[in-house]
Amino acid sequence: MSGLSAGIRLAHFGKKVAILERHDRVGGLNSYYSLGGYDIDVGLHAVTNYALSRKSPTGALGKILRQLRIRPEELDLSPQKKSRISFPSVTLDFTNDFAYFIEAINEAFPSQKDNFRTLVAKVEKHDPFKTASAPQSTREMLLSIIREPLLVEMLLAPLMYYGNPIENDMDFRQFVIMFKSIYMEGFARPKRGVRQILDLLVERFENKGGELKLNSGVQDIVVKDGKAKGVELYDGTYLPCRSILSSAGRLETIALCPETAPKGKQPKAGVMAFSESVNILDKHPQELGFEHSIIFFSNRDKFRFRRPDEPFEVNDGVICVPDNFEYETPLQTDMVRITNKADHRFWEKINRLQNLPTKKEWHQKSLEAASTVGRHMPDISKNLKFVDIFTPRTVERYTGHIHGAVYGAPVKVWDGVTPVENLFLCGTDQGFLGIIGTMLSGISIANQHLLQ
Amino acid sequence: MDKSQLREAVIDIIKSIAPDEDLNGIDGEKPLREQIDLDSMDFLDIVMELRVRYKVDVPEQDYPALNTLQGTVDYLHPKMGNV
Ligand SMILES: Cc1cc2nc3c(=O)[nH]c(=O)nc-3n(C[C@H](O)[C@H](O)[C@H](O)COP(=O)(O)OP(=O)(O)OC[C@H]3O[C@@H](n4cnc5c(N)ncnc54)[C@H](O)[C@@H]3O)c2cc1C
Repeated sequence: MSGLSAGIRLAHFGKKVAILERHDRVGGLNSYYSLGGYDIDVGLHAVTNYALSRKSPTGALGKILRQLRIRPEELDLSPQKKSRISFPSVTLDFTNDFAYFIEAINEAFPSQKDNFRTLVAKVEKHDPFKTASAPQSTREMLLSIIREPLLVEMLLAPLMYYGNPIENDMDFRQFVIMFKSIYMEGFARPKRGVRQILDLLVERFENKGGELKLNSGVQDIVVKDGKAKGVELYDGTYLPCRSILSSAGRLETIALCPETAPKGKQPKAGVMAFSESVNILDKHPQELGFEHSIIFFSNRDKFRFRRPDEPFEVNDGVICVPDNFEYETPLQTDMVRITNKADHRFWEKINRLQNLPTKKEWHQKSLEAASTVGRHMPDISKNLKFVDIFTPRTVERYTGHIHGAVYGAPVKVWDGVTPVENLFLCGTDQGFLGIIGTMLSGISIANQHLLQ
Repeated sequence: MDKSQLREAVIDIIKSIAPDEDLNGIDGEKPLREQIDLDSMDFLDIVMELRVRYKVDVPEQDYPALNTLQGTVDYLHPKMGNV
């Protein structure tokens, strides 16, 4: 998505541009597939930043739309109903109206009313797109303002799940982006899911004269005297070029031109990986009692965001019900998606024969932990018509991201610059995360380095 | 292009960038950004559209000239009078 967004900008302003995608379809971390007669999105629980006004806290969606010359209605977004943060002793609901969330917090944590207001003021003042600050601990910052550790954990859970590449803590800059994107600007979803967005981006790119080459994996970036000269594809084809934008990830891109790796200590790869089950039920989720669009849950008061030592960490996760958004006409996919953190080391090593039974075993545990144990959702185990489960290994295999780490490496390259003069990074490892983030990333890196 | 055609051309560019803005009542003498919602990214797009559509380059030190619609037209006229 970052690549397509960058490509649209470049093609629009008359550059000759090709997008090389190694798969037979676009989308990467947010692609789609068909299985068992069902159309399934890889990701897409929700599009964040649902506030079209460019005066909204991040203004990101409005910015992207203008930059890509897309009209809002073309995305066909429908807002969420409401979402929930569900912990053992407290639940907090939020909607696309930030005042609703403030009210919920005031009710559940009356002693923290003023402190939360202080936090919001701090977040509002911070412009994460301007300040190039050194990483700053969000936990320390939050605990210095908010006196209820439980509220800190509850605020962090959704933001970490939807956009944190590091373990245990979060860079305050990333926290500010995610806080505004999720709590202040809200969630929405296109009725057709990610295909709506991808089809639109591809159509725009090709109409502006861009060339999309599928099944065109890059084997090597050919570098001479510190400059990229061209790329060699898996099938041996050589394509010369003036400059390259890579959305493959930082280490993944360096691996394509190993001789240019920075000397000394290598940057670390990300380790935060996830599993997801796609559950198709024999009924509409609302008939079973699902009311929320998305539920972020934890069975412990202390939320742990780190690579688990078990195949899945089932005691916290995210439940998404795509049917529960405010569509003009109701949607009935009967789908419930459940995300858990997963240990990529386990799934990388597992042999073929054990893969499926182990997935099934952990899927069972995942359902139990979210329903009968934690009571965050109704028990769906007797209503399953179809289940597909993917693990970090699936993500790595299909997107090339090391460890299947959805949010990439812990240290971001905010300016997109690499040791190779005309090779730039966009997307996940540049630093803006999620669908909207990554589109903004592609746009701003293209603007900064190739257009202005 | 004469000045009124130039004005049309500039309005056309702004329309393509910000289709959600009402450009009918624009006062040519007042700063554009006080009348419609244009941020710095949009502003740079106006400059880039001028380059792509009319091959006219606006160097950064001349950006203040593009503050108002009239200023933009006056600035572009000598450069684009015979486009
Ligand atoms: C399960 C899941 C759920 C998610 N849910 C949401 C959500 O609800 N909301 C949200 O905002 N975000 C969500 N995300 C995150 C979002 O999908 C990503 O942040 C975003 O799609 C990243 O896009 P990107 O362009 O940066 O990277 P990618 O999508 O990884 O793009 C990189 C592309 O490069 C290709 N590539 C890699 N190496 C090569 C090579 N050598 N040659 C050619 N091509 C190559 C890959 O195939 C891929 O298509 C989710 C992600 C996952 C995995």
